[in-house]
Amino acid sequence: MSNTVDQAAQAAQRRPHVRFSTDVPRQSANDQRQRTADLGTAGLLAARQVVKSYYKERLAIPVLRGVDFAVRDGEFVAIVGQSGSGKSTLLHLLATLDAPDSGEIHFGGRRIDNLPSTSRDLLRNRCLGMIFQFYHLLPELTCLENVLTPCMIAEGVWNYWRRRRTFRERAEHLLEMVGLSHRLKHKPRELSGGEMQRAAIARALVADPEILLADEPTGNLDQKTGQGIMDILTQLNSEGLTVVMVTHDVTVAARADRIVRLVEGRVEPEI
Amino acid sequence: MYKLLLSWRYLRTRYIALASIISVTLGVATLIVVNSVMAGFTREMHKRLHGILSDIVFESHGLDGFPDPEWHMQQIRQVVGDDLEGITAVVHVPAMLNFQVREQWITRQINLIGIDDRTYASVSDFGQYLLHPENRRQLSFLLREDGYAPDKPGFPESGWKYRRLKTAYERAYEEQLQLEQERIREIAGDAAGAAPAEPNPPLAAPPGDPFGVAADPFTAGAEQGARTFDPMTEQFTGIILGIAIGSVRHRDPEGKVQDFFLCRPGDEVQVLFPSSGAPPKPVKETFTIVDFYESKMSEYDSSFAFVPISKLQDLRMMIDPQTGVTSVTSIQLKLRPGADLNAIRDNLQRRFPPNEYTYRIQTWRDMQGPLLAAVQLETTILNILLFLIIAVAGFGILATFFMIVVEKTRDVGILKALGAPSGGVMSIFLSYGLSLGLVGSGVGMVLGLLFVWNINDIAAVVEWITGREVFDPTVYYFREIPTIINPLTVAWVMAGSVLIAVLASVLPARHAARLHPVEALRYE
Ligand SMILES: Nc1ncnc2c1ncn2[C@@H]1O[C@H](COP(=O)(O)OP(=O)(O)O)[C@@H](O)[C@H]1O
Ligand SMILES: [Mg+2]
Repeated sequence: MSNTVDQAAQAAQRRPHVRFSTDVPRQSANDQRQRTADLGTAGLLAARQVVKSYYKERLAIPVLRGVDFAVRDGEFVAIVGQSGSGKSTLLHLLATLDAPDSGEIHFGGRRIDNLPSTSRDLLRNRCLGMIFQFYHLLPELTCLENVLTPCMIAEGVWNYWRRRRTFRERAEHLLEMVGLSHRLKHKPRELSGGEMQRAAIARALVADPEILLADEPTGNLDQKTGQGIMDILTQLNSEGLTVVMVTHDVTVAARADRIVRLVEGRVEPEI
Repeated sequence: MYKLLLSWRYLRTRYIALASIISVTLGVATLIVVNSVMAGFTREMHKRLHGILSDIVFESHGLDGFPDPEWHMQQIRQVVGDDLEGITAVVHVPAMLNFQVREQWITRQINLIGIDDRTYASVSDFGQYLLHPENRRQLSFLLREDGYAPDKPGFPESGWKYRRLKTAYERAYEEQLQLEQERIREIAGDAAGAAPAEPNPPLAAPPGDPFGVAADPFTAGAEQGARTFDPMTEQFTGIILGIAIGSVRHRDPEGKVQDFFLCRPGDEVQVLFPSSGAPPKPVKETFTIVDFYESKMSEYDSSFAFVPISKLQDLRMMIDPQTGVTSVTSIQLKLRPGADLNAIRDNLQRRFPPNEYTYRIQTWRDMQGPLLAAVQLETTILNILLFLIIAVAGFGILATFFMIVVEKTRDVGILKALGAPSGGVMSIFLSYGLSLGLVGSGVGMVLGLLFVWNINDIAAVVEWITGREVFDPTVYYFREIPTIINPLTVAWVMAGSVLIAVLASVLPARHAARLHPVEALRYE
């Protein structure tokens, strides 16, 4: 294990389990299991018969043809599939960034794909963390400000100003955990790919989400840097964070608890 | 919070948008400059017009006027009440003015105004346009010793001093001429001689003509019995001439504007005007110039001449020989500041209804209506044009903003993925537009105000570069460009341009808010 990852692991152990206020009611893990069992959908996040097509000049391009799959609390799931198989599409649907043509998405036992947009915004802001292949940091903001963005979105000017110290401490903690404490004031373009992805992870975690959705987090990185990112993700998972990762790289996927294969718009039965 | 932070960062990193806002800035600056100069012009014009004209003028249609001004004034006082500050009676008559410059007679068409020297200054700023400081304080139709126009460096020597010098010089010249003629006669040996005055007929002027009378020893001698007028110590009735009647404005070879005075206080002029009654007969009278009147409104400066009202009434036979009741052609009123001119005019019109009395009752604005309206129209049109220019600049901003939003498509996707609502995304770009508008119009305001404060220096620089005068003083009678900065106008202009910037950012901001998050994230 590399030195930085060691540090990251240590930092993660110190990570305070501060819960940030949310308007979306949360249940304890026990409650959730109870509720999801009632609904007949196993897990924290689940897709049921999800169908999604893109339309190009009235011509439907079916991408997902009925995906059924569930993530249990605390699990590390890798979704693998060829390029163009609809992995990103599925992840976007899970994150409520897009709506399925038919089927349902459930989170913590509640259906979320048909929620009004304000509720979905809140959900994304507080319960779901996302990281992307191309990091997607805001180029105008420094590393620290990027990490703080979800807090700024969550709070009004006055509240944010009042609690800026708490937020800042938390963001610095997370950046320290991912090994970026020396890059707080740097703009994304002054960072390497691995550093950007770590900043993105810190940003995804700042609101203390229940699940992390990662879209090919290592897709743009060399193997060693990719391994570093994977170390952080497994570390986080071992601390209880549910992770759903999309990848086309089988070696990366091998580090997950479970692999879900997406073939021709359907989940291939597990072997 | 992120909205403020991001719009602030966009403001600091997108200088191209500042370039687009410069068009608004320039528009705002121009608007401020134009409005200030127009306001300055208008105020200067109002001040002058109003300074010359009293608040309300009560006028007869004909030149014979109306009798008994005292009764009218009393009636007016009753109607106007406490709002009245000053009132005076005036006689107006068109006239012809002649004076001699180096053997040549110059004729001018003038507007002869008989005024009451005690009350006339109370209805208008008349006094302050006179050249002699004493006359500014208290008007007098008596020639002053000297000290005319202390603030005009090139003004020639005037007053009694000049008059005595001139008379002495003319007498010496006559003597010289006479000696010369006697010498010629002796040489010719003509003992009998012709009539003494004949060899030099132009010098012999009819009695009453001051140009000849006192200056010609022959005629003076011939009229030994009559009272002799001595220009060394005596003057005719005083007249105050508009300065452009007695001077010409021209440019010297270096291009500087200068006044050349054809006559000056101390000189005599002849005035010809119609008497009252039917049919009017011409009346000719000599006056001594006692001062000039310079309002800087060329229309008035080149036509007004003021004489004492009693003298004019007497000459025009406007005094009833039996009763001694006088007539005047108009009564001028000065009202308390802030009085409602139009209401008082209407009240007066009700008291003197047009079907019973042939009086024209007008406020000074009525009298100068077309001129004031023209200036107003000009200002309005300029404002509309410049605002259109700013609106054009607004479309430039619209295009630039759209480019920026397109450039920021992926950031919009990221923000939405992080849970930012559409409204929040929209307000990023709206507050961006707002801050750009504020910055642009703020800079524009500073530029505009600086321009206005230094406008005369700038005009001088432009003059120096182009070699042409920006504001020709021979035309405008302004030595400096007058400006007024009206804070309200500046505020309106600012508000307008900020509004344009915000409006221009509405469409791009809406576009950003409606972006589909997935498509925005996939955008390369
Ligand atoms: N906006 C779109 N319009 C049409 N087709 C699309 C659109 N977005 C994605 N697709 C298609 O959907 C399929 C799945 O895309 P994606 O989910 O990005 O695949 P992956 O992430 O597995 O590589 C691809 O074939 C892609 O061409
Ligand atoms: Mg993909």
